[in-house]
Amino acid sequence: MATFFGEGVVAPSRAGVDDEEEAREETPEDREIRRELEKKREIDILWTLKSGATTESCADEPFVCSKFIVAIGRNAAAFLSSFILDSVCWEAVGVVKLWNEWCRTSSTTNVLPTDSFCLFYRLISDPTVLLCQCSCYVAEDQQFQWLEKVFGCMQKEGLQVTILSTCPVADYKTQESTLTLPSPFLKALKTKEFKEQVCCPLLEQPNIVRDLPAA
Amino acid sequence: MFVPCERGGSSASSDFKGFTLLMPAVSVGNVGQLAIDLVISTLGMTKVGYFYTDCLVPMVGNNPYATAEENSVELSINAEVYSLPSKKLVVLQIRSPFIKNKYRPFCQTLLSWVKSSKCARVLVLSSSHAYQRDDEQLLGTPLRYLLTPDLEKAVGGLMQQLNWKEMEKVAAYPGINDTEKVLHIPGGGITKLLFTESCSKGIQMAVLLKFCSEGDNIPDAFALVNYLNEWLQLIKSEVNTSSQWKIPSSWRLLFGSGLPPALF
Repeated sequence: MATFFGEGVVAPSRAGVDDEEEAREETPEDREIRRELEKKREIDILWTLKSGATTESCADEPFVCSKFIVAIGRNAAAFLSSFILDSVCWEAVGVVKLWNEWCRTSSTTNVLPTDSFCLFYRLISDPTVLLCQCSCYVAEDQQFQWLEKVFGCMQKEGLQVTILSTCPVADYKTQESTLTLPSPFLKALKTKEFKEQVCCPLLEQPNIVRDLPAA
Repeated sequence: MFVPCERGGSSASSDFKGFTLLMPAVSVGNVGQLAIDLVISTLGMTKVGYFYTDCLVPMVGNNPYATAEENSVELSINAEVYSLPSKKLVVLQIRSPFIKNKYRPFCQTLLSWVKSSKCARVLVLSSSHAYQRDDEQLLGTPLRYLLTPDLEKAVGGLMQQLNWKEMEKVAAYPGINDTEKVLHIPGGGITKLLFTESCSKGIQMAVLLKFCSEGDNIPDAFALVNYLNEWLQLIKSEVNTSSQWKIPSSWRLLFGSGLPPALF
């Protein structure tokens, strides 16, 4: 934050709550604007039924899911496109429609790799295996909503979830410099319920994971 | 909101009746949160649950208080609860900032949880911008306290004995009208909201805060936790109390990775 001599700069607080924000009472107009903005930022999930029709609600019957693989970010989504997905074994079953300051997704499943999208695929030979490719950025205030709406549609018993994501090497904290680290490299986090062998070392402190993968 | 951990099926670990709840405010320099880290790490507190909330930015990592290979693989998230029944202490640690417009709902839910779990009192560790101090506050101790009326009745006398300084109120309209005074905690995050809500809800709450600036806030955290210790006596206070607090392993590399040798 470059300043010239004599310029008074208000330092942003890690507290995150501006005093101005907390002192000001919300007028009815403010409330209305806030509600409209919240509505615009709502996430919709459109599921394709067997009949070919799309539906937003899956409240009737949550579908049985044994394995759910989620790829978050362009790199992880590209990995799935290159090595896993094909039109023979997988069928598109759902799409997430959302808007935020960074991106907007559409309701089509016919996407280009450069688009922002969030699609769900199902393995034709075993319909309990679900895959999600999420190349769009899901904003902070939408992450919880995404979670509740996606997992709300699934029967969660015996469900194994695998999350694929990438982070810049420069963000990795280590004793040596990240310049000399052989990259790319894999690290993992797992819940204590995950009993299988992990294919790479676990993520050491003080490194953490943020955003949708963390949610 | 509060989700207990399953530990051998015992529900006693989430009975906080009569306990003191210690928690941080996400505030300037993250001093409250660092101080809480010191408390949890030094007292070897056990995790008893977490808050399932959409009000905080999500994050996850491995155990920040790990001391060995074996205990390093427990996942840790943004709002977790630890307890030490022997000292009737329950601690909430908050590890990420609030999502826009969500701090009010969080405060409401938190205070309802305090009431429903029948905690005896709440202690909030916080901080405030050092540059907003007036001339008098620049001198003397940078540590302050606040007590809600209900807690004032219980421990007001102790504050006199400890020779602690109460947080001063400031003029509501400086320069225009100096008689009307209000509480102002710049950079304190949810501290003021929690305090004013507790006053009106009859909750016994104390705020312990330090004036500081952003930077290397580890010394500020030590100062705040020693201040807390004068009251709660969590560890034996000897001459050099800084060495009595155990720094958690997650504090490593606070300012980034090692430097590339090619730089020199």
